[in-house]
Amino acid sequence: MAHANNRRNFMAKTVQSVGLAALGGMLWSGYTDSVKASPLVLRPPGALKEEDFLTACIKCGLCAEACVNRDTNIDKETGLPRPSTLQMAKGGDAVLIGTPFFVPTEVPCYMCEDIPCVPVCPSGTLDMASLLNENQELDINKATMGLAVVHKESCIAFWGIQCDACYRACPLLDVAITLEHQKNDRTGKHAFLLPVVHDNACTGCGLCEMACVTEEPAIFVLPNDVAKGKAGDHYVKGWDAKDQERVGNAHSQTTTTEVSKREAKDYLNMEVEY
Amino acid sequence: MKNMKYLLLRRGTQIGLMFLYFAANAYGWNILAGTFGTSYIFDTIPLADPYTTLQVLATGFVLGTDVLIGAVIITMFYFVVGGRAFCAWVCPINMVTDLANWLRRKFNLDKEEVNYRFLKRSARYWILVLGLVVSALVGVAAFEVVSPITIMQRGIVFGFGMGGAVVLAIFLFDLFGVKNGWCGHLCPLGAAYAVIGSKSLVRVKHNHEVCTECMECKVVCPENQVLHMIKKESIAVRDGECTNCGRCVDVCNDNALEFGIRSFIKETKVSTSKY
Repeated sequence: MAHANNRRNFMAKTVQSVGLAALGGMLWSGYTDSVKASPLVLRPPGALKEEDFLTACIKCGLCAEACVNRDTNIDKETGLPRPSTLQMAKGGDAVLIGTPFFVPTEVPCYMCEDIPCVPVCPSGTLDMASLLNENQELDINKATMGLAVVHKESCIAFWGIQCDACYRACPLLDVAITLEHQKNDRTGKHAFLLPVVHDNACTGCGLCEMACVTEEPAIFVLPNDVAKGKAGDHYVKGWDAKDQERVGNAHSQTTTTEVSKREAKDYLNMEVEY
Repeated sequence: MKNMKYLLLRRGTQIGLMFLYFAANAYGWNILAGTFGTSYIFDTIPLADPYTTLQVLATGFVLGTDVLIGAVIITMFYFVVGGRAFCAWVCPINMVTDLANWLRRKFNLDKEEVNYRFLKRSARYWILVLGLVVSALVGVAAFEVVSPITIMQRGIVFGFGMGGAVVLAIFLFDLFGVKNGWCGHLCPLGAAYAVIGSKSLVRVKHNHEVCTECMECKVVCPENQVLHMIKKESIAVRDGECTNCGRCVDVCNDNALEFGIRSFIKETKVSTSKY
């Protein structure tokens, strides 16, 4: 009898433990899954794609330490180090805790030539190979941290007011941002000098966003996933032989649409259906 | 005045190590840079948290070799000195939970201790495994998202932000909730180190012959189930859950507890009774 009770007890305890573990596991998974969703965050140069970045980052902080302690980070007036570009996400930052990120309006990335933050990464989250140029040297111009986007309605250059703050702040002057000249039809005698960002050159350092004179920056850096569209392999540039090769990757997709039985004139007479 | 040799040594080690981590960021020192996830000694010798490393590997990401080497170095080190020596001698949360524990004793909160039926000391081993499962499912090192240990350490090195609330929560949980609640029941990192150190060389040894059975050691021990040999036999503390904190050695007035090297050959029951 005691034997049977023991067995029942053991079974009940096992079921209880497994049940509690499942409950804990679900809550934990749910929480972890929700906190990793921070698509509006800018990562250090060479960072893997956000999804892989979150998996790989071991949260050691060596990149942020290299950033703040770089040789060039001494304030010439005080002799003290300036604030770090890279911050380690704290509780309340709306970024996965312990991961490095930067906010251009606080401290943009100054695009150090030696890129001190990347070689120190022990986990492979900041990928040195992605920043090597043709001569196999580290080249910060290869970085793709994000893409600067201009909001025309708040950019005063689009109003006809002369401003080229972002153009002059850009470390890739006249390459990543160029000024496009257009006639100002409103006055009939002035020119617009419009900032245009070039996706293939912009590194997402955020110096333009920092320099922008408007109350809220009219030019701002967004993560690539958010800022960019994708034409897909069905659309190629027929005048560009290299681009045309992409069509080889395109695969056909068959869709079926139910054909309407109604007459053409019914369409003209029917109510709008939402 | 009670002997506080090991207590002071531990606080010195904990605070000293945290200062070196802090100085790496604040002054650019390279003696010990990084955080528990991965650190470097003099920019050359890597150290990495074995449980964090396992979580990242569980997600399927192939980590850099430095992290893997670092995790092996740390595992071997604690395999020798006692896995949970990390908890007592390095982990900054230990200072928080020790303070809560000390206050519990001062204000007699232990006497009203509630019996938490489903919060057993074995819960941490479930959480240890669960952390790896959740890491694999979600694709993010799961314990690192909530770990008060690394939150506190990064707080010390980079600034706390709202992370301070997590540390405060652990303090309140240990003070008003469960005695030794975090370190002794929940922490999966401590559980991982308990597994690593379950066969460690450095151990506390009990000499039953000189013990006066005052039980001071059991009062101060954060894992007093490991001291089951008190009043019974002269053996070493063999459980990996012992943190090698040395509090029992400090408070023992009879020199019946001392650190020693565990002998694997001859660990027999010397006597079951003094008389």
